[in-house]
Amino acid sequence: MKSGRTGTGRAGDKVFSGAALGAGVLIVVVLFAVALFLVIQALPTFSANPADITGGRGFFSYILPIVIGTLIAAAIALVIATPIGIAVALYISHYAPRSMARGLGYVVDLLAAIPSVIYGAWGATFLASQLKAPYQWLADNLGWIPIFGGPASGTGKTILTAGIVLAVMVLPIIASLTREIFLQAPMLHQEAALALGATRWEMIRMAVLPFARGGIISAVMLGLGRALGETMAVALVLSSGPLIASLIRSGNQTIAAEIALDFPEAFGLRLNELIAAGLVLFLITLLVNMVARWIISRHKEFSGAN
Amino acid sequence: MAALMTERKRSALTRGRLPRYTPYVVAGSAIVVAAALMSLIGFNVFGWAVLSAVLFAAGNVACSALVEGRRKAMDKLATSVVAGAFLVALLPLVSVIWTVLVNGIPGLLAPGFLGTSMKGVTGTVDNASVTNHTPVLGGVYHAMLGSVLITLWATLISVPVGLLTSIYLVEYSADNKFSKVITFLVDVMTGIPSIVAGLFAAAFFGLVMGPGTKTGFVAAVALSVLMIPVVVRSSEEMLKIVPNELREAAYALGVRKWRTILKVVIPTAISGIASGVTLAIARVIGETAPLLVTAGFATQINSNVFAGWMASLPTFIYTQIMTPTSPSNPDPSAQRAWAAALLLILLVMLLNLGARLVASLFAPKTGR
Repeated sequence: MKSGRTGTGRAGDKVFSGAALGAGVLIVVVLFAVALFLVIQALPTFSANPADITGGRGFFSYILPIVIGTLIAAAIALVIATPIGIAVALYISHYAPRSMARGLGYVVDLLAAIPSVIYGAWGATFLASQLKAPYQWLADNLGWIPIFGGPASGTGKTILTAGIVLAVMVLPIIASLTREIFLQAPMLHQEAALALGATRWEMIRMAVLPFARGGIISAVMLGLGRALGETMAVALVLSSGPLIASLIRSGNQTIAAEIALDFPEAFGLRLNELIAAGLVLFLITLLVNMVARWIISRHKEFSGAN
Repeated sequence: MAALMTERKRSALTRGRLPRYTPYVVAGSAIVVAAALMSLIGFNVFGWAVLSAVLFAAGNVACSALVEGRRKAMDKLATSVVAGAFLVALLPLVSVIWTVLVNGIPGLLAPGFLGTSMKGVTGTVDNASVTNHTPVLGGVYHAMLGSVLITLWATLISVPVGLLTSIYLVEYSADNKFSKVITFLVDVMTGIPSIVAGLFAAAFFGLVMGPGTKTGFVAAVALSVLMIPVVVRSSEEMLKIVPNELREAAYALGVRKWRTILKVVIPTAISGIASGVTLAIARVIGETAPLLVTAGFATQINSNVFAGWMASLPTFIYTQIMTPTSPSNPDPSAQRAWAAALLLILLVMLLNLGARLVASLFAPKTGR
């Protein structure tokens, strides 16, 4: 108590505001350090003899297939998770009874709480074996479409399985973000629509979805960022291989899984190569997240002006 | 049905509407028809439930389209699709929890699982336990210890940094340019893939301490990169809802700003901050990828985070599944992996529950 009365109070103010500012500066420094150290450690890859890079034809032809593999897995995840996520959000915000909505929100959060390695283990042991028969059927009946080209994988550990596991993991992100947006939709518009005799679905289509469009897009982008960077689900589920068009054969690889699988045993140039791959992943997710944030901020201004 | 419809038509208000009991009738007939169809192609409960639900939705929409018209039918269709999607979303959750429980309980109940490490447990030990049908040896003590220590150090790093940053943003910055930069960068940090955070820590310590440095502390640094933005975000939200009147009352009494923050603002928001930190811990304790590249794989107890490889629950699960201790008999490894998975899920659920309890028990006393 004494210190408050003497000169230390002023010093305390200075120390405290300095510490607060310092913490903020530290975050800026850390993020730049992330980029800087990745660049430094990745540099040898670009100056190395192309023949020494994995695959023997330089970094670009090494990274391109796994970038495409990453995009394929993320695309599968989004195609599945977006409609279901939006529907789940709508169910919680507009369909479920008020008393249940909170509890259902927690259930969706529970999906997000389960660690990724457990999703990976589940995908590799349970889901993959369940999907063997459907893949066989796809290969037999729709094999003329390149993405379902046979012969189907005997273990079910394909990029499609990995994509489905990723979909489960990004679903709670999309669902909880869009739910927030749906709850913000102006109540007056909704009540006006209902008063004019619109059914609940017509009300949602006219008063909720147009308002939420920006929010939905950014939620999907954030989900994409997560799907691109997710490691364990792919590392455990996918039996990787070279880039192929078929989704139901073993093959393809993603950047994150490639790093997780090879980094522990890597040394020398291979280490630099994997860090360079990580840098590429960092840049891709950074871009996706920044676009998402930009859409959110634009949307905020828009809804604030209303 | 027809007689009833004509009777109903007398009232203009109820004309063209289905009687109240329609959904129950449709549901009953859907279940019966689904059972009949399933018995033709081979019965299983899951298929029966799915087919019943689809038939119920289709029947409901069809009835509505016949009697109530296209708009009401569209509404019913949308309701069915939305509710169905919610049920579909619950499937993986139920399936994951079921798989982990079924596979994990025997291993978790095995004697010594929680108390021993994997030291000395080799492929021959596993082979022997399979051929002699003796209990599976080996445990997760070293991994639990590692998880707790790494998470503890990550928390020790992230909470001060995160909390101070949020204090800066809310109390000191007055929305200047720099605070916008920080907010933006925190958002960017939230999106850093966990493996990249691990690579950063590995690259940083590789340059400073020599290549291949893998210790628990490197892993803790990697986890803090993931944890700091979560802490900043949640604490910022909590500090923002502290009513300004409290601060002004403290200033009016001549209390210095830093004492106001320490004695008035933070105590008011402490429940929210604590629950946010707990959620952040729950998030990073299950992170696997950064630990793979920073902490290595240890099979024995290591309680020093600054030297030597360190095991953790997530990497334990990963290695036991990917590279079973005995390649010819992977079952003991699978049993250990699932038991560890069950342990990890229990841990995460407890942390989540704890966060909610903290938040509701000590909810900030805002103006009423």
